[in-house]
Amino acid sequence: MSRYLARYLVSRCFSSVSSRPLHVCIVGSGPAGFYTADKVLKAHEGAHVDIIDRLPTPFGLVRSGVAPDHPETKIAINQFSRVAQHERCSFYGNVKLGSDLLLSELRDLYHVVVLAYGAESDKDLGIPGESLSGIYSAREFVWWYNGHPDYSSLKPDLKRSDTAVILGQGNVALDVARILLRPTTELASTDIARHALSALEESSIRKVYLIGRRGPVQAALTAKELREVLGIKNLQIRIKETDLSVTPADEEEMKNSRARKRIYELLSKAAAAARTSEADPDQRELHFVFFCQPDRFLESDERRGHVSGVNLEKTILESVGSGKQIAVGTGEFEDINCSIVLKAIGYKSVPINGLPFDHKKGVVPNVRGRVVSQTSGDISQTETGLYVCGWLKRGPVGIIATNLYCAEETVGSISEDIEEGVCNSSKAGSKGLMQLLEKRKVKKVEFSGWEKIDDKEKQMGIEKNKPREKLVTWGDLLAAAAN
Amino acid sequence: MYIGIGLDWSDPVRYGCEKFVGTSKNKPEGFRILLVKERKKKSAEILRRRRFCLSSPRTNPKSSFTPFFHLQALLSSNLSKSLKLIPLGGAKIMVFHRLSRLGSRIVKELPRERHLPVFGMRILHRSYGQYLQSSPMLQRQTRSFKEALFSNNHKFCTSFSTTSEKGGKETEKINVIFVDKDGEEIHIKVPIGMNILEAAHENDIELEGACEGSLACSTCHVIVMDTEYYNKLEEPTDEENDMLDLAFGLTATSRLGCQVIAKPELDGVRLAIPSATRNFAVDGFVPKPH
Repeated sequence: MSRYLARYLVSRCFSSVSSRPLHVCIVGSGPAGFYTADKVLKAHEGAHVDIIDRLPTPFGLVRSGVAPDHPETKIAINQFSRVAQHERCSFYGNVKLGSDLLLSELRDLYHVVVLAYGAESDKDLGIPGESLSGIYSAREFVWWYNGHPDYSSLKPDLKRSDTAVILGQGNVALDVARILLRPTTELASTDIARHALSALEESSIRKVYLIGRRGPVQAALTAKELREVLGIKNLQIRIKETDLSVTPADEEEMKNSRARKRIYELLSKAAAAARTSEADPDQRELHFVFFCQPDRFLESDERRGHVSGVNLEKTILESVGSGKQIAVGTGEFEDINCSIVLKAIGYKSVPINGLPFDHKKGVVPNVRGRVVSQTSGDISQTETGLYVCGWLKRGPVGIIATNLYCAEETVGSISEDIEEGVCNSSKAGSKGLMQLLEKRKVKKVEFSGWEKIDDKEKQMGIEKNKPREKLVTWGDLLAAAAN
Repeated sequence: MYIGIGLDWSDPVRYGCEKFVGTSKNKPEGFRILLVKERKKKSAEILRRRRFCLSSPRTNPKSSFTPFFHLQALLSSNLSKSLKLIPLGGAKIMVFHRLSRLGSRIVKELPRERHLPVFGMRILHRSYGQYLQSSPMLQRQTRSFKEALFSNNHKFCTSFSTTSEKGGKETEKINVIFVDKDGEEIHIKVPIGMNILEAAHENDIELEGACEGSLACSTCHVIVMDTEYYNKLEEPTDEENDMLDLAFGLTATSRLGCQVIAKPELDGVRLAIPSATRNFAVDGFVPKPH
């Protein structure tokens, strides 16, 4: 009998790998999660994929990060919805890893666990005054105007002065600047959160400074976004001509990247146009400030505990080899007064218990998506059945499309591991997850629940001539999903 | 056969379309949707397309909104030849308006099988309710529709119908060869005027199109494997170049699939799909670094 059993088990092991039931759990329902799910479903006929997310709404930053005036970027949601509606795929929202479930429990229930929960924290500057009120990370501000339920009560004060300072010159910085400076009549027909639209309508911000510690050639923004912001009606662009001078090292950087060259040309044209145009006091202003790094934040005398300006140190660039240049302080300082500061200097991932983490880089150590438990010399020992994808794997860089290739790599590793019989034992999968969630009384939101939220938001949007009116509190979202 | 003409690809329009046809997986046979937008040079290109396609150039705040011009172009061009407009039977045409109120009205009327097309203009901010007529199909000839359009009276609604395309001329097709991430070649035939992304999807080729042709992503990035064919393509616009800059595995002959329109000179073109795991040297093709 035991021999029969052994032979049966052995024959099961060598049966067609791709059609055996494979239970996969993906933590995080943003682009990384969905592209991974899509590729796993296509590569393995027997795969069942469960996507969990701590929010009741899926799609991650496509919903909560993409600016309201960029609706075409959100079209990706259609493809993701098709994946979620696949018969072998399920979405479970309002399930938080770390509090509703432990990573070890997930690994017991599923053959393959892919962590794709992105980066929900921020890099710090580590300078004095960073904890003054009025200083927010761009991530918080973006989540605020996009109606993320954790930040709907942020209430940034936009009425104290006419100046805002944004530290950083990436696309997030541009997004935030654009939302602050765009006429609210244009924003009123987007899916911006209602509380943000009201606050922006009453805002007194007329000048925004985008501060970068390096020059225009190194700015992290991309051409399309720059073109867009330079094309906004009634917006004065201010760039210092002296900031536009290029060094041989800069020329080298531009030669190697056509994107850099295009951006530099756009900024030069904008600076030239700004020089010839008349200063109109009624117009809003966007200042690109290069070669300045923040030294400390200034506290207001009338309002203790509140920011009143930024002290900036001028920088110059130094080559550090391989074409890279870094900013070095010169000891010259200047102040910019403002009432709100937004730090757009980069995101950082949040570690969880039981997960190896590289605190310096802010990512989970991995080799082509396989999580590494320890490295001795050249050999990395990887965790069985545990993988990462997206920002948690590569750091908070790239666009939505970058996740396509990231997912391809991770799923490639998963497939290789399955071929080698790494994921053989039988696992409970979805059924086990359901039992666990029931036991813990977790009110999970399935994809049909999201569709109810979606319909309700669109319905509310129709009344206001918006594509949707987002529900911004946990209570509202869960109530709509349960309807 | 249904033709929805959206005046631009805003969410209310899409919502209307989705409600009507469901997801593209369930879309009824013969559904066509054309989008006409502000950019004049795009209209001619759009008019040659005959299948479900979403083409939405970025909103250009500087351009003035002239749907009138575009519908005029639509009717006087190839489209009217290929559709053979006749008064009765077969099909319905609906014009989805950008104003979501109208979109929702249209959506509400559709399930009742009342053909309720409405034409309106965004610049006239009034209630169009008064212009929605309840009689299902007005029998109008093309010419009278054209006349109505060309008149200065912008406030009207109308309907007309077309026959199915099957009676029309067969479109010419060109041969296109996709080289997928495993190096395998897939030969397909693409009708002239169709973009490569659509063609790939129709043939179940794994070419992602996250923004569905809106020039808002780079997931349909393809590499033209022969420089000769690359040179036959029109120069990429600034918008396409901006997206290409961010594409994974960019080469000197890279293009976005949604912007490559099939034309006779491209017969036999070979397109490689970039992949995270594949070495790009397929058949000796070595991409030049950008």
